[in-house]
Amino acid sequence: MVDMALSEESSVSSRSSALKRFGRSDARFRLMTLSSALLVVAIFAGIMVSLISGSWLALHTFGWSFLTNSVWNPVTEKFGAFAAIYGTLVSSALAMLIAVPLGIGIAIFLTELCPRALKRPVGIAIELLAGVPSIIYGIWGLFVFAPFFQQTVEPWIIDAFGNVPVMQDLFAGPPYGIGTFTAALILSIMILPFISAVTRDVFETVPPMLKEAAYGTGCTTWEVMSRIVLPFSRAGVVGGAMLALGRALGETMAVTFVIGNAHHINESLLAPGTTISATIANEFTEALGDTYVSSLIALGLILFAITFIVLAVAQIMLKSLERRSGGKSA
Amino acid sequence: MNRAIYARRRGVNGVFLVLSTAAAFIGIAALILILYALLKNGFGGLSAAVFTQNTPAPGSAGGLANAIFGSIFMSIVAVIVGTPIGMLAGTYLAEYGRHTWLAFVIRFINDILLSAPSIIIGLFVYQLVVARMHHFSAWAGMAALAVIVIPVVVRTTENMLLLVPNTLREAAASIGAPRAISIRAVTWRAARAGIVTGVLLAVARISGETAPLLFTALNNQFWSTDPNAPMASLPIVIFQFANSPYEDWHTLAWAGALLITAAVLTLSIFARLIESRQK
Repeated sequence: MVDMALSEESSVSSRSSALKRFGRSDARFRLMTLSSALLVVAIFAGIMVSLISGSWLALHTFGWSFLTNSVWNPVTEKFGAFAAIYGTLVSSALAMLIAVPLGIGIAIFLTELCPRALKRPVGIAIELLAGVPSIIYGIWGLFVFAPFFQQTVEPWIIDAFGNVPVMQDLFAGPPYGIGTFTAALILSIMILPFISAVTRDVFETVPPMLKEAAYGTGCTTWEVMSRIVLPFSRAGVVGGAMLALGRALGETMAVTFVIGNAHHINESLLAPGTTISATIANEFTEALGDTYVSSLIALGLILFAITFIVLAVAQIMLKSLERRSGGKSA
Repeated sequence: MNRAIYARRRGVNGVFLVLSTAAAFIGIAALILILYALLKNGFGGLSAAVFTQNTPAPGSAGGLANAIFGSIFMSIVAVIVGTPIGMLAGTYLAEYGRHTWLAFVIRFINDILLSAPSIIIGLFVYQLVVARMHHFSAWAGMAALAVIVIPVVVRTTENMLLLVPNTLREAAASIGAPRAISIRAVTWRAARAGIVTGVLLAVARISGETAPLLFTALNNQFWSTDPNAPMASLPIVIFQFANSPYEDWHTLAWAGALLITAAVLTLSIFARLIESRQK
C-alpha cells in the first residue's frame, strides 16, 4: 500500500517532469526555427546596410550626378553610373523583347500542341536550359556565338538596315561580334526557360471548363489562347516575365564575356557597351583607392534597388494569381 | 462571305501554331548547340592530367585539380552550413507561422533573395568578411555560397511541408506527441524526398556560381586546403582562362566547362528523378 502510493507519486512527478521537459524542448525547437527565419531577414538587412555604407563615400562625393553622369575614369577618379545603368536597361529590355514571345510560344506549345509522349522530354529540355550555369553561356557566347555572329549575322544586318532611317543608327558600325546586341541575345536564351516554366504553370491553372466551352463554340486554338487563356492568366504571365527581367538585370558572367566592357553610350546596338554587373565583375578586384571601390559598391546598390523593385512587383503579381486560383500554383 | 472568314481564322491559327512550335524548336536547338559545343571543345581537353595536376602557368602543361577540389570543398561546406538554417526557417514558415504577418514578410524577403543578383551577395560578403580580414579567403567564398543556398532550401522546404496532409499532424498530436517531435518525426519524414530535391538543386546552383566567388575566394594557382587563404574554383578558373589569349588555357577552360555542366545537369536530373518518384 505504501509502496503503491510512493510509486504513484513518483510516476506523477516523472510525468510532470517529462511534460516540462517536452515543453522546454518544444520551445527550444520553435525558437531555433524562428531565429533561422529571422536570419533570412538579417541577411537581407545586412545586404542593404553594407551596400549603403560601402557606397556612402561615392554618393557623398558625386551626389545625384552619379546617376546621370556617364564618365567613368579611374585615373582622374571621376565616376558616373549612367553608361552602366543604360547598358543594363538596354540589354535587358532587348532580351525581354526576344524572350517573352518565345517563352510564351513554348508554353503554348507545351500546354496545347505538344503530343503527350513529347511533353515530358521537351519540358525537361527547356528546364535543363535553366540549369546550365551562366559561366557556360559566357564561354559559349565568347568562343562560339560571337564569332558566328560577327562573320555571318552582323554584316547581313548592317547591309540590310544600311538605308533604313532609324535602323541604320541602331545597327551601325563595324561587326565586332561582341556588344550589347550579342549580350542581349545570350541573355534572352538564359531567361527563356524561366518565362516558359512560369507561363506553363500559370496556363495550367486556367479551368479546363473555360477552354472546353470556348472550343465548343468553335474557337480555334489561337482564339482560345488569346481570348480566354491569356486574359485569365495575365497577372501570372506578367509576374513570370518580371521574374525573368530580374534575372536578366543582375546576370553577370554571361554578359561580362560578350558585352565588350566599354564605358560609353553608343547609339548602335552592335557596339560594345557595359552593364552594372559586368563593371563590378571586371573591375572590383583591381580597383585602387577608396573612391573607386565605393563607386563600384554604389553601382551594386543601384542594381539591388532596381532588381528589388522588379522582383517585388513580380511577387505581388504572382501572389494575386495564386490567391485567385485557391492557393495552388507556382 | 462565311468562307472568307473561316479561311482567315484558319490561316491566323495556322501561323500561330507554326510560330509556337518554332519557339519550342529554338529553345531545344539552343540547348543542343550549347551541349554540342561543350562536348566538341571540352572532350579533347579531358585527360588524366586534368584531375591530377594543378592549374598551369601559360605555356606549360597542367590540369584543374586544385580548382576541382576548391569547387567541391567550398560547395560542400556551404551546403552543410546553409541546409540546416534553410530547413529550420522553412519549417517556421510552414508549421509555426503559416498565417502570421511575420511569415508573410519573411516569405517575401526570401523570394527576393532567391532571385537577387549573385554578384550583390559577393559584394555583401566582401564587405562583411574580406574587408574586415583584409585578405581574400575560402571562408568568404563559402559564406557567399551559403547565403545563396539558404533561400533555395527555405523555399523548397516550405513548399514540401505544405504538401504534407494535416491529418498526419493531427494524428501525431492525438497520440500526445509534442509539436517539435511531430514535426521532426512525422512531417519532415513525410516531406523528405522533396527536401532532398531542394538541397540537390541548391548544390547544382552553387557549383556553377561565379560572380559571388570573384572577390571572396578569389583564385589560387596552387593546391590549397587552407580555408584562410584564397582558393581556386572551377568557374573562376574558366573565367580567367577563357579571357586569356593562350590557346592551352582555352582548352582547359572548355574542359572545366564540360565538367561543371555535366555535374550540374546530372544533379538536376537526379533531383527531378527523386521528385517524380515521390509523386
